[in-house]
Amino acid sequence: MKTFAKITIIFCLGIFLWQSWDLPDWGDKNSPASGHLSPYFAKNTMKDSHVPNIVSAILADYRGFDTMFETAVVFSAGLACFFLLRRKPPKTKSKYYRHLPTGITVKITGEGKEPSKDSKVFRQIDSLWTPYDLIIRKTTQYIIPFVQIFALYVVAHGHYSPGGGFQGGVILAATIILFAVSRNLVAGLRWVSEKAASVSAAIGVFIYAGAGAMCIVLGKVFLNYEALREVFGTDSVMARYYGIFVVEIGVALAVTTVMIWLYYNLSSSGKHDEGL
Amino acid sequence: MSPILDFIILSMTVICAIGALSVKDLLGASIVLGAYSFLLCLAWAIMGAVDVAFTEAAVGAGVSTVFFVAAVFHTTRETKD
Repeated sequence: MKTFAKITIIFCLGIFLWQSWDLPDWGDKNSPASGHLSPYFAKNTMKDSHVPNIVSAILADYRGFDTMFETAVVFSAGLACFFLLRRKPPKTKSKYYRHLPTGITVKITGEGKEPSKDSKVFRQIDSLWTPYDLIIRKTTQYIIPFVQIFALYVVAHGHYSPGGGFQGGVILAATIILFAVSRNLVAGLRWVSEKAASVSAAIGVFIYAGAGAMCIVLGKVFLNYEALREVFGTDSVMARYYGIFVVEIGVALAVTTVMIWLYYNLSSSGKHDEGL
Repeated sequence: MSPILDFIILSMTVICAIGALSVKDLLGASIVLGAYSFLLCLAWAIMGAVDVAFTEAAVGAGVSTVFFVAAVFHTTRETKD
């Protein structure tokens, strides 16, 4: 079976390499993509939507459907992971709490009374707990705010520089994942709860689709942001500009929270008690 | 960009791809896959597709490596074949 798989892969690779001679060269002026599409976008993007970054304009405006369903795919990936993995943590398993002032660890089994969730002196810890490393704790503590500001910058400046909702959202999610990795999963869950993550993922998709549906209500076709000029109080070119921005925020919200949600489910295999 | 740099990055990408498939330790394989993503990101950046390079760096090299490590942590670290 293994040799058969190898033969198939080598055969497919051969066909691919053989056919790749017919692909247009990089930057070929005569390739179909450079024929009329790229010149059209390069000429008309500034006129249509006043967005200097052509890639953003193509993704969120000219091919808005594509990006909307991409966001929906990301959301359904999070949902699929949730349905496959999520389960209740076993009742019989003992929990460990650390008494912060003295450093004593308390093990609570079965029906034992647990400290309240927002207790200042008792902190829940993993069963494989090791004392927090000072360097890791302080580095993450100082690096996370700056990375978050950068993520918001990437989201907000998707019009001008590389980036946008997807990239900014992933970077924002990475900070919270970093926090959950450097402390423990429960600390991450205290910051962004599972409910908040799942609900905001749905809200993010809703913002995108809602911005499109709003255009129908105001008398244009789906995702034609020109219709929103009354809402934003500008002309139709700037309405497209702001429409792209609203859509990018929806994408960023959905991607951020789906990534966090995925991490919670994957790292604790759906039990949400102990992570990496 | 210089063809030599192109050649170095592309050949290292191929080496990383083959390495990720052939490494027996799955944790190592996921790290090599992260390196592959990063090299691919450099290749995108050289070709001028900065948006794609950004996405590849954030998603491919960053978050998906964490997901792979999390999945390896909860399954098995050694591959069966």
